[in-house]
Amino acid sequence: MTRKQVILSAVAMSTAVVVGTAALQRLLMPKYMSDVVEGNLIADYYNSHFDHDVLFVGDCEVYENFSPVRLWEDYGISSNIRGSAQQLIWQSYYLLEDALRYETPDVVIFNVLSMKYATPQNEAYNRMSIDGMRWSSSKVNAIRASMTEEESFLSYVFPILRYHSRWSELTTDDFKYYFGVDPDFYAGYYLRADVKAAENVPEGRPLADYSFGVVCWEYLEKMRQLCEEKGIEFVLVKAPSLYPYWYDEWNIQIVDYAAEHNLAYINFLDETIMAETGIDFKTDTYDGGLHMNVYGAEKLSVWLGDYLTKELSLQDRRGEPELAAYWAEIAEEYGKEWQRQLNAIG
Amino acid sequence: MLFTDFSFILGVPLLFLVYFLLPQRFRWMLLLLASYGFYACSGLENLLFILTTTLTTYGFARLLEVLAKQRNETLAAHKTEWSRDAKKAYRDKANKQRFVWLMVCIVLNFGILAVLKYGAFTVNNINALLALGTDTQLPVPDLLLPMGISFYTFQSMGYLIDVYREKHPAEQNPARFALFVSFFPQLVQGPISRYDALSSGLYAGNGFAPRRVLLGTQRILWGYFKKMVIADRILPAVTALISAPEQYDGVFVFIGILYYGLQLYADFTGGIDITIGIGQVLGISMTENFDRPFFSKNISEYWRRWHITLGTWFKDYLFYPLSVCQPMLKLSKWSRDTFGKEIGKRVPVYLATLLVWFTTGLWHGAAWNFIVWGLMNAVVILISEELHPLYIRFHKKFAWANSHAYDGFQCIRTFLLMGCLRMFDCYRDVPMTFRMFGSMLTKWNISALFDGSLMNLSLKVQDYVILLAGTALMFAVSLCNRRGPCMREKILARSHALSCTLTVLLFFVVLLLGAYGIGYDQSQFIYNQF
Repeated sequence: MTRKQVILSAVAMSTAVVVGTAALQRLLMPKYMSDVVEGNLIADYYNSHFDHDVLFVGDCEVYENFSPVRLWEDYGISSNIRGSAQQLIWQSYYLLEDALRYETPDVVIFNVLSMKYATPQNEAYNRMSIDGMRWSSSKVNAIRASMTEEESFLSYVFPILRYHSRWSELTTDDFKYYFGVDPDFYAGYYLRADVKAAENVPEGRPLADYSFGVVCWEYLEKMRQLCEEKGIEFVLVKAPSLYPYWYDEWNIQIVDYAAEHNLAYINFLDETIMAETGIDFKTDTYDGGLHMNVYGAEKLSVWLGDYLTKELSLQDRRGEPELAAYWAEIAEEYGKEWQRQLNAIG
Repeated sequence: MLFTDFSFILGVPLLFLVYFLLPQRFRWMLLLLASYGFYACSGLENLLFILTTTLTTYGFARLLEVLAKQRNETLAAHKTEWSRDAKKAYRDKANKQRFVWLMVCIVLNFGILAVLKYGAFTVNNINALLALGTDTQLPVPDLLLPMGISFYTFQSMGYLIDVYREKHPAEQNPARFALFVSFFPQLVQGPISRYDALSSGLYAGNGFAPRRVLLGTQRILWGYFKKMVIADRILPAVTALISAPEQYDGVFVFIGILYYGLQLYADFTGGIDITIGIGQVLGISMTENFDRPFFSKNISEYWRRWHITLGTWFKDYLFYPLSVCQPMLKLSKWSRDTFGKEIGKRVPVYLATLLVWFTTGLWHGAAWNFIVWGLMNAVVILISEELHPLYIRFHKKFAWANSHAYDGFQCIRTFLLMGCLRMFDCYRDVPMTFRMFGSMLTKWNISALFDGSLMNLSLKVQDYVILLAGTALMFAVSLCNRRGPCMREKILARSHALSCTLTVLLFFVVLLLGAYGIGYDQSQFIYNQF
């Protein structure tokens, strides 16, 4: 064989391997379109206009409980949610760090439920929180902090190593959305218009130890410091989900932390605030009290908009034509999806 | 670190690249660095043990060589001066001195192996005996078992004995010797190489040869195919079958024999393919460890074709020395005198065979299962030997016994016989193994094969399809490799483009169909534990 033939063979084989692997990886990665749509939330942020007054960070208790469209339409507050299913606190930190590479909002609102998890939990949720992130040191650190024992860093770099066996589960979605997905989210909000009243919500079982993990405090502190460095108001919230149970012992720790650092902490489970929001667990939840439906999310957003305007003096930006056009488009889609779901429910 | 770890899979091509870019004289050093890096991944403390074996073997081999040189020089100096008896007396004395040093090193290294691998087993057995008459129990040691200790100890001791026998000179450079002991691909599951066969390629620093690299890469991929597509895919079913013997008895024992035979073959030969393939890319020729063992017509042939390097090690360094040692010669004379020529000549051979197979069993694991397994192999081999004249007469009398169909029957018979013996590998103890064997013969629950039970063994329809296709492919390749050059070489000789295309295809088959990552219990190579 001549030198030229050797080089040609090597180049041809390498190209086939690289291109083929990339093509297969694209096909085999979950598209999260017909099922588990939350898997697209994190990547969807990069389609936004990066001009937000408020950035929500947290788990399902933010992306299902606050409606950025309502905040815009009623208060002229531009917001976005960087949340994903069971998003752990270090993932929230690195997603915030990642978002601050693109923009510097006035307020960051963090939902504190994830303080209860001090160790990596579930590979599938890790994937939904991390796969959609753009590559940066934040993503690398998020992977390193999140991996369960059975995971490997390389499988995040080359997701085909994780999803290779999906060849037997491919659906038409995998081919239809091969070149890109088009998820139905509204500035990171996952809209649900169905209703399932909360009934017989169990009381929390006594725990042996109510202390939050050291690592959780470290990341909460890192988030606070990051916001302080950037001049961002850091606000803690606890969404009004009845389950997972939010213990008083946990609440006190957050109250003390907020007081120590002069932070606002809004516990929507507090009876007074709950009454002010007007949340009704017979009509405002779609899964028996775990998450709000769109009716509940709108009520919370109205209360929050009021708070942000009055307490943190956020300005009404509805007069900015470019921004207004951007939000009008999202609001229109939001309305259509709401109506579509109502029609589907009948 | 395992061959199937992503870091290994990405690290090896990187090593190839650096190896070929380095000047020739530095290449073996890179391999030494990589080998120690690889070994350190299994635990830094393990380095202490491999270093001890390396340094003691190196030192004693040099000593044996120096003593041999002194002996030869002294004999040469007194060639005319000393009488024949004086020379013999001196030679015997010098050889005895060398033998003592040889034994010191062997006892030291096999002692380390014995303590680490068999310490807990020995204490457990002593405790079982103590429990018969006393309340005293010895504490069971929980000792570290360094990766591949059996392989590198056997390889090192083989080298030492060869130096003692003056088969080849001792290696002068301790770092080069360290590479011979620790060469990373063979640390996982062999083969157990001989110094004279491995060293030339290991230190040559061969450059990039496209043909060799392509064939080596194909062999690596073929090894991964066997390991990840076949062995690791069927592993959950094997585990299910043997971990619940009460549930899976009767016909399931037979299924277990088939599945485990397939898993063990694909796992072990796959690992060896990866090892030899890595060597081939680097220009290092390594001894083949398998020669299509499932095509063997009898158990003796099977053992000449399965784990060849272990078999030849035992033959060269245990069986032959045992057969000609003084006590055995005395026993031979005594048995001839006592039982007559025919029976008497068998006694030492049988005893040596039983001892070798006892040791082979022990080598495979510190458990009675393995010891019984080894002895059962010996019994079957000895019975076959005894029946050999009968077989010859049978083949002479019946023409059909020389047909291909009968050859096939013999292969299947050997496969099943070995499968039955391998049951000792699977079940938790010897009585359980015998019980399950009994249930296979007495419980006729064949209907279980058709009632969907096979689908409850953690295998889905697509897994069975892949396993069937993969096994058929392995079988076809084995058939093609029966005569002449191997299939990869035949394809390359026919068409370079086809060879390259098949390489890429094999890569994608392993990538997509391999049982690895989340959702699969990544298993160690079975022979890694030795």
